[in-house]
Amino acid sequence: MIKLTVNGNPVEFDGDPSMPLLWFLRDEQGLTGTKFGCGIAQCGACTVHVNGEPRRSCVSPMETLDGADITTIEGAASKEVEAVRAAWIAHDVPQCGYCQSGQIMSAVGLLSLNPKPTDEDIDLAMTGNVCRCCTYHRIRTAIHDAAQRLEG
Amino acid sequence: MNIPLKASRRQFLQSSSALGLVIGFHLPLAGRALAAEPGGDFAPNAFIRIAPDNTVTAICKHIEFGQGPYTGVATILADELDADWGQMRVESAPADVKLYANAAFGIQGTGGSTAMASSWDQLRAAGAEARARIIAAAAKKWSVDPASITIGKGVVKDASGNSATFGELAELAQVTEVKGPFTPKQPDAWKLIGAAKLPKVDTVEKTNGKALYTIDVKMPDMLTCVIERPSRFNAKVKSFDATAALAVPGVKEVFAVPQGVAVLATGYWAAKNGREALKVEWDETGTEARSSEQIIKDYVDLAAKQGTVARNDGNADAAISGAAKVVEATYVFPYLAHAPMEPNNCVIHRTDDGGVELVFGSQLQTVDQQVAAAVLGLKPEQVKIKTLLAGGSFGRRATPAGDMAAEAAAVLKSAKHQGPIKVLWSREDDIKGGRYRPIFVHKLRGSVDKDGNISGWDQVIVGQSFMKGSPFEAGMIKDGIDQTMVEGASTLPYQIPNLRVSAHMADVGVPTLWWRSVGSTHTAFSTETFLDQLAEVAGVDPLEIRRKLLAKHPRHLGVLNLAAEKAGWGTPLPQGRARGLAVHESFKSFVAHVVEVSVGSDGLPKVERVVVAADCGVPINPDVITAQLEGGMGFGLSAAMFASVDLEDGRVVQSNFNDYRVLRINEMPDVEVHIVPSKENPTGIGEPGTPPIAPAIANAWAKLTGQHVFTLPFSHSAAKA
Repeated sequence: MIKLTVNGNPVEFDGDPSMPLLWFLRDEQGLTGTKFGCGIAQCGACTVHVNGEPRRSCVSPMETLDGADITTIEGAASKEVEAVRAAWIAHDVPQCGYCQSGQIMSAVGLLSLNPKPTDEDIDLAMTGNVCRCCTYHRIRTAIHDAAQRLEG
Repeated sequence: MNIPLKASRRQFLQSSSALGLVIGFHLPLAGRALAAEPGGDFAPNAFIRIAPDNTVTAICKHIEFGQGPYTGVATILADELDADWGQMRVESAPADVKLYANAAFGIQGTGGSTAMASSWDQLRAAGAEARARIIAAAAKKWSVDPASITIGKGVVKDASGNSATFGELAELAQVTEVKGPFTPKQPDAWKLIGAAKLPKVDTVEKTNGKALYTIDVKMPDMLTCVIERPSRFNAKVKSFDATAALAVPGVKEVFAVPQGVAVLATGYWAAKNGREALKVEWDETGTEARSSEQIIKDYVDLAAKQGTVARNDGNADAAISGAAKVVEATYVFPYLAHAPMEPNNCVIHRTDDGGVELVFGSQLQTVDQQVAAAVLGLKPEQVKIKTLLAGGSFGRRATPAGDMAAEAAAVLKSAKHQGPIKVLWSREDDIKGGRYRPIFVHKLRGSVDKDGNISGWDQVIVGQSFMKGSPFEAGMIKDGIDQTMVEGASTLPYQIPNLRVSAHMADVGVPTLWWRSVGSTHTAFSTETFLDQLAEVAGVDPLEIRRKLLAKHPRHLGVLNLAAEKAGWGTPLPQGRARGLAVHESFKSFVAHVVEVSVGSDGLPKVERVVVAADCGVPINPDVITAQLEGGMGFGLSAAMFASVDLEDGRVVQSNFNDYRVLRINEMPDVEVHIVPSKENPTGIGEPGTPPIAPAIANAWAKLTGQHVFTLPFSHSAAKA
């Protein structure tokens, strides 16, 4: 029996221990804000926070997560989350929107560690998150905007 | 993929041709598709519903997968109504061709960048009708002259101080008839149309995980299905052994369908593991066995001869053979996958009335409805479609054979399970699953006369037609030429006296499809880079030669000059940088790109800056247009730099984002967008931002390195410094 916390709620899992966290969240917890894009940690659509840090849930087996604290887009709440969400809305970042949960979770992870990222910092932190609509220009602008909101 | 059932295809073609694909299909505005439910709604037509709670719901017949039609239709209706932007909601229209046909197609569907262009007059009239009836209802309620009534931000007022919301007037408006015609507002009265920044209606739900996509659909008793597919296109299941698959916990059923072998399980992980445990033998008789390399060689051979002529001005052969200088070039374009972030999927379930409902990102609802009906032996009206948001498409979801509807219907038909089924594709299914932008080869010959004028242009295009054999064939193949293969070349705007464009349609056993900007994905590249080559031979600046040859095309000139001015064309650049430009019309919109390029650390072009100028008629939502021009450019850049799906022995080499490389944030250049003010009717914007970027980069690259680029993507070509 694997015990973990999802968005503050204690949950248990006794299925296939190799099942990735992504499918536990989506198919068993009904938390569908975290998206499936590639299944091999190449696109970042499945990004969640594990113990406060961004992680690709599509390649994180449940057996490695006993005792872990998971936060998904649905449960994300912090001053960084509020700043990122406000900036995303102000700049109307999403187009199709499918990758944006993952983009936001990665951006929050970046700002939590580095409240004033440079363009290079943004490139490093966000390069694992693919957006086929290529909203990258606005993602960059919105992260700088979120950083300003956190300052002010 | 292949069309599974011959009988169903015939049936589909018959009913499809009955629909006619007629340009200008009559749209009955008086329809009452969403007739007011008891409870006080005002539903004046098929596009608007105003509820007593004062929400105004726009019914959108176009799928929303990122190009912004939800915001666009809400903007047009809200402006006509003088609604408050905050009271607007958007709902997806059901599949109903009588009410929701796309005026450009004659069937219900989204594509060709037509969403706003084809809805413009219809929605303004729909909004004007609603407004007139609200005013009439208020006049009746207050016993005043309708002329004394005004509306502002969703509040209806008269001169004597009466005031009401739309919600308060809804029930009365529903029973108040007003005789048309209903005249839309004049442009100077627009408040929302053209407003610089109007928050998009779907942004908030796309930042908190609440936006619902097909993959997110949950229904009681639902199973998840994945399908094992052949590695050669159109191969058939010969036999399969499901013993190990059925032993995987959670796997419920395994059975063959025309598309492959279906595995039904309690969730995706179990279904995927079940699929991996399958043993399948395939019958590959008659399947495509060539490599991409061989297909390209075959195309190059074909390109040596003139094809079926799409355009013939003057005498190109004579001009070229007698010219002072002649330039020749052969261009090669690879297969491209669309790779939208949300792979293909579809939910299907039985309905109480003996029919089915498909819940998914349907892009051609009429096609999908008919295809599913044919597979299941139902009437089209027994197939309901709920169109959800989709995670991108770029053409992928508009399959002329209704691929996903056919597949989901086939699974439902063969399953013992009677509950809902969600069919999911993996990324590998997507990259290997066909429906690619076809391989194209272009052979160009051009001439410059003794006075330095471009005197001749002969272009031969070889490729595969995805319209041939599809229900769109009658509308899209004219005089033996698939117009989607030659568009952008046969419509070349430059004033060249002797110009011939011809095409060969090759037969290849690889399923192909339109891909964001369709023919312009390749014709913009060959024409705009070849023109630069001719300009170089003629010793003329690329901007100057275009200005001269576009004298009769003011809208091309408008975007060209705007982009050149904003980019500082002709001003000095830092060492190691060069500029290039391209201008192209697609979907009746005009876009110019000026780029600054350097040599990247990997030896490939590094795009430092992109200046975009666009003219798409009345800019309904300037910020949405800007976003499409940013993203459309990025999409084109992604393909130009890295994208190629390659076949070896008829099998796809690439599988996922690790080897089908796409643009990432560190590769996205600075981009600035300028929109030409216009009073022309709105035209496309989802696709026109894509074509000019690749040729603009290649033109800059040639200037920077002296190397012309003839093969895309850059990563595969000799374009390495």
